[in-house]
Amino acid sequence: MSQIILFSVLTLGSVAAVFATILYVIAQRFAVEEDPRLSEVAEMLPGINCGACGFPGCPGMAQALVEGADQGDISHLNCPPGGTEVMATIGGYFGLETGSAKETVAVLRCGGSCEHAPARSEYDGPRSCVIAHGTFAGESGCPFGCLGHGDCEVVCPFDAITMNSETGLPEVDQQLCTSCGACVRACPRKLFQIRPVGRRDRRVWINCRSTEPAVLARKNCAVACIACGKCKTTCDSIVQAITIENNLAYIDHDKCISCGKCVTVCPTKAIAATFEPPQPKPKPAAAEPAAT
Amino acid sequence: MQKLKTFSIGGVHPPENKLTDHMAIRDLPPPPQVAIPVSQHIGKPGQLQVERGTTVRVGTLLAKADGFISAAVHSSVSGTVKKIDSVIDSQGHRRQAVIIAVEGDEWEEGIDTSPELLEDISLDRGAIVTRIAEAGIVGAGGATFPTAVKFSIPEGRTIDTLIINGVECEPYLTADHRLMLENADELIVGTRLLMQAAGVARAFIGIESNKPDAIELLQERIRLKAGEGKIPEGFISVLALQQRYPQGGEKQLIQAATGREVPSGKLPLDVHCVVSNVSTTIAVYQAMQKNRPFVDRIVTVTGKALVAAGGGANLRVRIGTPLGAVIEAAGGVPDGTGKIIMGGPMTGRSVTSLEVPITKGSGGVIMIDRSEARRYAVGHCIRCSRCVGGCPMGLEPYLLEKLVQKERYEEAEALSIMDCIECGSCSYSCPANRPLLDWIRLGKGKVGELRRARMRGTT
Repeated sequence: MSQIILFSVLTLGSVAAVFATILYVIAQRFAVEEDPRLSEVAEMLPGINCGACGFPGCPGMAQALVEGADQGDISHLNCPPGGTEVMATIGGYFGLETGSAKETVAVLRCGGSCEHAPARSEYDGPRSCVIAHGTFAGESGCPFGCLGHGDCEVVCPFDAITMNSETGLPEVDQQLCTSCGACVRACPRKLFQIRPVGRRDRRVWINCRSTEPAVLARKNCAVACIACGKCKTTCDSIVQAITIENNLAYIDHDKCISCGKCVTVCPTKAIAATFEPPQPKPKPAAAEPAAT
Repeated sequence: MQKLKTFSIGGVHPPENKLTDHMAIRDLPPPPQVAIPVSQHIGKPGQLQVERGTTVRVGTLLAKADGFISAAVHSSVSGTVKKIDSVIDSQGHRRQAVIIAVEGDEWEEGIDTSPELLEDISLDRGAIVTRIAEAGIVGAGGATFPTAVKFSIPEGRTIDTLIINGVECEPYLTADHRLMLENADELIVGTRLLMQAAGVARAFIGIESNKPDAIELLQERIRLKAGEGKIPEGFISVLALQQRYPQGGEKQLIQAATGREVPSGKLPLDVHCVVSNVSTTIAVYQAMQKNRPFVDRIVTVTGKALVAAGGGANLRVRIGTPLGAVIEAAGGVPDGTGKIIMGGPMTGRSVTSLEVPITKGSGGVIMIDRSEARRYAVGHCIRCSRCVGGCPMGLEPYLLEKLVQKERYEEAEALSIMDCIECGSCSYSCPANRPLLDWIRLGKGKVGELRRARMRGTT
């Protein structure tokens, strides 16, 4: 009996010893040396793996930062949810300058509220924009406008988007938005765009994505862009930030100086601004019937 | 009693509601204006052949087929092309269409509009397929796949069975039923033409047992023709099938008729079968014997309230007629209508406008009362597997729904999501009223995108 025990212990023990040696040798010879900076930098990042930096999650960004630091330049890298604070910490860690990335925010490009684009049919399917988008043009009839089922609200990891039950449109809280781009990817109609917050939070954008001809677009929505070109004419004399393509105007945020002049000339109020645009000077008295 | 044939797995049996099956087909005169969409089929839109101001007659070519999978479109009325514009489709999107102001009703020369039956069949295979393509015939059951493509059998492949689809398993619809009763002889000639095109010596006409009059009539006519020596004995046989949805699905019908199963991702061709709908077959007869292109179709206009009020009809409607005019001719929209569906109640789509034109694939217009129009409240899935039992393709709809919701498209693909025929049996059988098909349809779209991306990656 005791012999059996002794025999088992010896055989199993020697097998274990042989494997332990093999494993030890292999572990020594093929050890992967990880740069200790990687985990330290990853610690500094927010750790939400949102992918807004363009890399696969925070470890990917950390890798890019370390590689950048080895080449002496990390100014092209930016962590939108972390903002300047996180980037400053990382810059301090490497002793390098971080890019002065513009602060950005998600912007909804549709003004088709319940009031402006009233529902002409009723959708009864699952409360999901992607399914509604695949099913039909939308309750208002506009095949480009917001469907209002709040896929963006659900997908936003920072609770920065809320559906306004009165307008039926989502609203972005600039303080909470980190420009991670989750809403941009979730919206089946590509209505969100990441745009710079602008100087003193002043920004101007075309609040419409409809490329339908003017007559059709206006049938569905009172505030649709009709590509009349008035905004372009106005802007051309200042900074040439507006282009018109496929029945739709677009404002280049890099050129726009947020003067707000296009907002006032737009006949359909299809241009949105975060500030009160300057009112055009009242016409000279001659235009009014002369008081006699 | 002998047990009737049917397909082997899944299926449901919704209330039939064939309210208009006793109403003879009526001709609806051309409306003052039609909008004929350039694309009424699966595949590439046709190439426009007319412009604003062109005078057209019934049968004038408006758009010719562009590429292999495409179909010609003909004018369904005589008059002048008012404009080339867009028209709203059943989903609310704008599609290119030819708008024609109707003047009189003149037909192109060479089109025989007499009701006389022409039985002489002398053309060879190639000529028949060419003529089918020229006439712009597409699957009139709803799928709108170009018929000529279906019958262009590749070199080295053989077909041994033609199946004529007279199942009409969708509730409410009676268009094919009426056609079989009123145009039985034309159907038989059309079947012989298609048999010649496919090179087969055996054809079944599959009809569900809820149409005993059609089964009897066709059997009698075939016996008569065989007696006259016009067709060989056993050449065409009528197959009575058990009532079960979706028996009119191509794959289900092939299995019911021949016992053969179309493998996943394969075509009926791979099991040596070809299926053609009754309306399509009669269109083939019209094209071959009467030189008449696909310019009109039978539309069932129905609904419980409509029929109760003395309305409802099976109408022969010119392609491009606005939905509103068709409903008007059948008694108008009844009070309390909550939804108007184009197509059948299981696979059709509810429309958002009465301007939507009738196209080659629209077999029915159903007015649903407000009390029946809404979806029921959705509950949680308790894995009861009724959807699995109902799926005629042997899929697991509850699992596919979850995978698509979680965006796990690769796994959904591995579970054969692309085999789904979108019949809606899963949603119909779910006791929690879950929108299973809505999610599966979305998943099919996403998997399709993935596959196309993969194809681009490898080439």
